[in-house]
Amino acid sequence: MSHYRKKRAPIEPLSASNHNKAPIPLVGEDTTTRATVGLDLMTYEQLEEFGHELDAVRQRVLDDLGQADADYIRRVIKAQRIFDVLGRVGIFMPFFPPVFVIGILCLGISKILENMEIGHNVMHGQYDWMNDPVVDGKKYEWDNVAPAQDWKHGHNFIHHTYTNIHGMDRDIGYNLFRIDDEQPWYPSHRFNLPLATMLMLFFEWGVMYHGIELDEYLGGRMSKSEFKARKKRAWQKVRRQVVKDYVAFPLAAVALVPFTSWWVPLAVLGANFVANIMRNIWTFIIIFCGHFPAEVETFTEDEALNETRGQWYLRQLLGSANITGSPVFHVMSGNLSYQIEHHLFPDIPARRYPEVAKDVHRLVEKYGLRYNTGRLSKQIGSVARQLGALGKKPSDPYKVGNSPESKALRREKREAEKAAREALANA
Amino acid sequence: MGIVRKALASRPVAAFTSPHTVDHYLDQVHPMLAVHHVRARVVEVIRETGVASTVVLRPNGTWEGFKPGQHVEFGVEVDGKRRVRVFSVSSSSQRKDGLFSVSVKAHPDGYVSQYLHHELSPRTLVHLSQADGDFVLPARVPEDLLLLSGGSGITPVMSMLRTLRDTGHRGRVTFLHYARSREDEMFSDELDELAATLDFARVVRVYTREPAEGAELTGRFSLEHLKHLGVDAATTLSYVCGPAGLIATVREAYDGMGAAEQLRMEYFKVPTVDLEAADATGTLTFEDSGIVAENSGTTILEQAEAAGLKPEYGCRMGVCNTCALKKNHGAVRHVITGEVTASTDETVKICVQVPVGDVNVAL
Repeated sequence: MSHYRKKRAPIEPLSASNHNKAPIPLVGEDTTTRATVGLDLMTYEQLEEFGHELDAVRQRVLDDLGQADADYIRRVIKAQRIFDVLGRVGIFMPFFPPVFVIGILCLGISKILENMEIGHNVMHGQYDWMNDPVVDGKKYEWDNVAPAQDWKHGHNFIHHTYTNIHGMDRDIGYNLFRIDDEQPWYPSHRFNLPLATMLMLFFEWGVMYHGIELDEYLGGRMSKSEFKARKKRAWQKVRRQVVKDYVAFPLAAVALVPFTSWWVPLAVLGANFVANIMRNIWTFIIIFCGHFPAEVETFTEDEALNETRGQWYLRQLLGSANITGSPVFHVMSGNLSYQIEHHLFPDIPARRYPEVAKDVHRLVEKYGLRYNTGRLSKQIGSVARQLGALGKKPSDPYKVGNSPESKALRREKREAEKAAREALANA
Repeated sequence: MGIVRKALASRPVAAFTSPHTVDHYLDQVHPMLAVHHVRARVVEVIRETGVASTVVLRPNGTWEGFKPGQHVEFGVEVDGKRRVRVFSVSSSSQRKDGLFSVSVKAHPDGYVSQYLHHELSPRTLVHLSQADGDFVLPARVPEDLLLLSGGSGITPVMSMLRTLRDTGHRGRVTFLHYARSREDEMFSDELDELAATLDFARVVRVYTREPAEGAELTGRFSLEHLKHLGVDAATTLSYVCGPAGLIATVREAYDGMGAAEQLRMEYFKVPTVDLEAADATGTLTFEDSGIVAENSGTTILEQAEAAGLKPEYGCRMGVCNTCALKKNHGAVRHVITGEVTASTDETVKICVQVPVGDVNVAL
């Protein structure tokens, strides 16, 4: 009756522990200073109360989780599997164009559902309470070239903890775009819009590359072994995904060649490519509309240092933007159209966000806060205008990254830090 | 393993279904259809006593069978949440109808055992593991055998006795069972029958609180009982399963006779939630790394780090899910909500959970 388990070798030190930064959100060495996030809108007492009120909303939903939530995610999984199978069958009939086109659409929808409403949300641990290995955030691997493990580190931890803090949230412009006025301008930002269009088409590859964190390695913030492990995981995942979509299924279609035509396997390969592009475009749009519309706020490390839970909540609220739409639209976007609610409560099942949004609205009104929301077209327009406008060289030399003024400023900062370190060493 | 199942479980097929498995698709066709997942339907729930039941199960084709004495993870879904406990198989491994059973005593705090006893109905889907455990009979059963049990610890040795009956065993088996009273005893009628019909086995039961009239043995286990039954511990392969107290006594007796290598033991663990206890009691076991530490009352993550482990973590505030891992068993308290959970094989965020009493995590 006792538990009998095989003893395994001691675990290796894991990736998230390998950095020396304080893992607790922005607690500085000097704990006497207080974060200034939201002080223009509320007092510290109000921020405290705001935090408690959101904690209460969270707890109310957590207490209510049950059969309906389990049934929901299983229904979505069932629908996704049906679209998947219909799509895979449909693309095997390129000699019958209407079925072929519907097949591609079904496959695209399947990949979108799998990546967003299922993959993204499951990997946040939203369904861990069900204790079902199929929807376990630790075990889930998604239909995307980015390996789940590295995506979870970059997304769940870095992005969701340090949301919109310059120098900490690697998702502000993905080291590729200038999407916020506070980011320094470099000449490559002139290509903001064409680069964004390319990233849109090949978004999953961008996510995979972002997860390798080459910039962290080159900046000396990641060990070589960690970097190698990331590259290895990415390579393995890419291989599996490519073999499935561009080798296995086209090869299976070779069996049809004697009865149909020589180009059928090529059509199957092309259909998989198009379905992947469909998913890439859709996920890119939803994600860019979540943080990059014009009025979304960003923060500096100093502002957020030693923040309270209320300030953390407020930063999530001000740093995200919603998209309005129909229930089907929300499901297809993985409920990331409720980006604000998702950032406040990333581990609550996404189907609860509409209900949570009512409470968030109540608090937004109570404290007179901004709640960034709008139609998809409005938010896309806003993101595109941002990319266009911020790609132009600013007239303020301090906003240009490699201007003499900026360089002097950075040098000054470096020297001040060095002096402080020496003073500390001498003391 | 059938040829179709073997083909479906092969690597070429996995290339088509990656990153998911074939089971993720078969599952949508029929829940019992699987090549990896072990599942079963409840055929019948038999009330053994006022607090114990036997659940008869029809497993799917993935089930690889069991050796008498092994246990199985038993998962039922209640209100969307899968609750998993480990139960011993109680039936004979020689059953011809493909069914098997587990027998369970409802523990006052045991959610699953209570559910099993009071609410489980035929046709319910059960999520199983393959049978596991090394508390099993050797391939060649020796001439002399002692099967000793206390309370609901009877289940694995009952499976052994039933199997020996069905295989036509020719050796000498002593089956010694301790229960509080006859009302408290599982399988009473069947044991009566076995005692009367089996030539190879001597079936003796001792009711410790309400002894039967004219019983040959009374009271708790002692060496005298073995002597009375003519069991020579030094030459008899012995299996004991039951409460920790019984096992300790038996072990002491065997050690005293220098017969420790003859003894096979199975502890009977029921996770208990002591809500009144201060958090800093019991021990915290890091199963995979084999480290055991006194519970210091801080979060599991902090205790793991204090023990020299480096578990993965992220926000340390219960948001990012980086630190989530399997808790094998034991109760934990959420530091923010105060909620206590005690499910077996449950995923928890160790940065916001403190152990309440003994806890075992896969770390």
